[in-house]
Amino acid sequence: MKGKVVGSIREAVALAGLKDGMTVSFHHHLRNGDYVLNLVMEAVAQLGIRDLTVNASSLFDIHLPLLDHIQNHVVTGIQTDYMSAALGREISRGILERPVEFRTHGGRPSDIAQGRTPIDVAFIAAPAADPMGNCSGKYGKSACGSLGYAYPDAMYAKKVVVITDNLVDYPLLDWSIPESYVDYVVCVEEIGNPKGIVSGTTQITRDPVGLVMAQHAAKVIEYSGLLKEGFSFQTGAGGASLAAAKFLKDIMLREQIQGSFGLGGITGYMVDMLQAGCFRSLLDVQCFDLKAVESIRTDPRHQEISAMHYASPSHRSAVVDSLDVVILGATEIDTDFNVNVHTDSGGCIMGGSGGHSDTAAGAKLSMIIAPMFRARLPIVTDHVTCVSTPGKDIDVLVTQGGIAVNEKNRELKERLTAAGLPVLDIHALKEKAERITGKPRQMPHGDRVVANVISREGALQDVIYSVPDEE
Amino acid sequence: MAEIVQRACAGTMESSDVYVEIEPGREGIQLHLESVVRQQFGEAIRETVRAVLAELGVENANVSVRDRGALDCVIRARVETAVRRGRGNN
Repeated sequence: MKGKVVGSIREAVALAGLKDGMTVSFHHHLRNGDYVLNLVMEAVAQLGIRDLTVNASSLFDIHLPLLDHIQNHVVTGIQTDYMSAALGREISRGILERPVEFRTHGGRPSDIAQGRTPIDVAFIAAPAADPMGNCSGKYGKSACGSLGYAYPDAMYAKKVVVITDNLVDYPLLDWSIPESYVDYVVCVEEIGNPKGIVSGTTQITRDPVGLVMAQHAAKVIEYSGLLKEGFSFQTGAGGASLAAAKFLKDIMLREQIQGSFGLGGITGYMVDMLQAGCFRSLLDVQCFDLKAVESIRTDPRHQEISAMHYASPSHRSAVVDSLDVVILGATEIDTDFNVNVHTDSGGCIMGGSGGHSDTAAGAKLSMIIAPMFRARLPIVTDHVTCVSTPGKDIDVLVTQGGIAVNEKNRELKERLTAAGLPVLDIHALKEKAERITGKPRQMPHGDRVVANVISREGALQDVIYSVPDEE
Repeated sequence: MAEIVQRACAGTMESSDVYVEIEPGREGIQLHLESVVRQQFGEAIRETVRAVLAELGVENANVSVRDRGALDCVIRARVETAVRRGRGNN
């Protein structure tokens, strides 16, 4: 059966009618092991197509060949939710003609669905696909688990190309994206490097500072009033966040509390919590490790969700709206609780919101977990370099040196104080850190806007300036 | 006055630490600084290094400081250790 299979990516690009000035899109479930974006952009460059906008749910260091395409004017615009540091450093120097548009994992599908960021051709990296384009992330040598972020691309792009390294007989059962959205299928040798697609299990931190933070974080949840039957929870994949999840698991097992769902980016630790009975289900927009991939493939309680279902603010509802607690990170947080996850303290791009703003807006308790300082740079500042998530959506900051509660959540402050936790004013926490580190000199920024940070509702929230070249 | 008679070092290149090398010199303190927080703390680090050298009576030395975001107390300890090692038998 030939179905929709065409001979090469180049042929698919030509058949899809890609022309100068159009927008192509990619999803990031193959993470730092993704070959597809580079393969497609190489084919596009060979066809002589220029002035493209790349709309990618996230970009990683493996996508550094984009820099050449930017230099050659093949790519003149980028829309993304996250950009890793090596790419971010170059963007911060101002190499791109138009400012990057940063969105959130919920804002991206929302804006795609509403036609604010139309996609001409979507390229979907699929670890398994059949000749008609039914595809899944759960099977094959490049398995990545959930394909959640690829749904809006498949549903709303004018043309959809599925790229697989595992073409199976029709019909592929247990598909994520059905053939009804797919125009062309291309089979290539490899869509990614499994080592970069999923990590082994991230280790729980052994750093004593991280463990103190994690213990505080678990206690904040325990005394928040939210930890009861039906509790729901999301956490990041950082060492301290995972340690917090482990302490939380101990509390839930001891108190015999069963939660309703764990959400996210799912790691093996969340799978452990599911299997231990801490949650009735996992709702998964992206798998972070092999254990999560195995679980979503075999355990019906572990469900794939689309980016819209995860976090879109403009669809009828999203899972984040039902979330109780989320644990999030920060490179900086200011005394108004605004959080920066886009740049480092020097103003250089090294991340992005991802689902940060979406979960913070939806969750009843949004917790930032961060050390008082990293490599001498205090976390709490007067004004963050970039507002990634507004302070109105953040409830509490947990550090090794104390817990600062946002004044808007008086009840939480009273509960934590009554529980004997080390609660202190965020200004006092800032001074406490600066007594140890010294006060850093303010960093100058360049005069060119290199990125616009767009809120999940679609409004301009902040801008990121270029970073002056080191003398 | 303490004389640096041999090349010596202290510290590591780990994050939040500093690697200090000291060698005999003849033209006062020659200080070379690299730091991940040079823009925010470069001046403060130079002041600390010079202050510790002065406290220990070191007037001539070539000092290389490769800082990975160490706190002031760490910088002081690493510089002092490098000086003690560089003074030879003590």
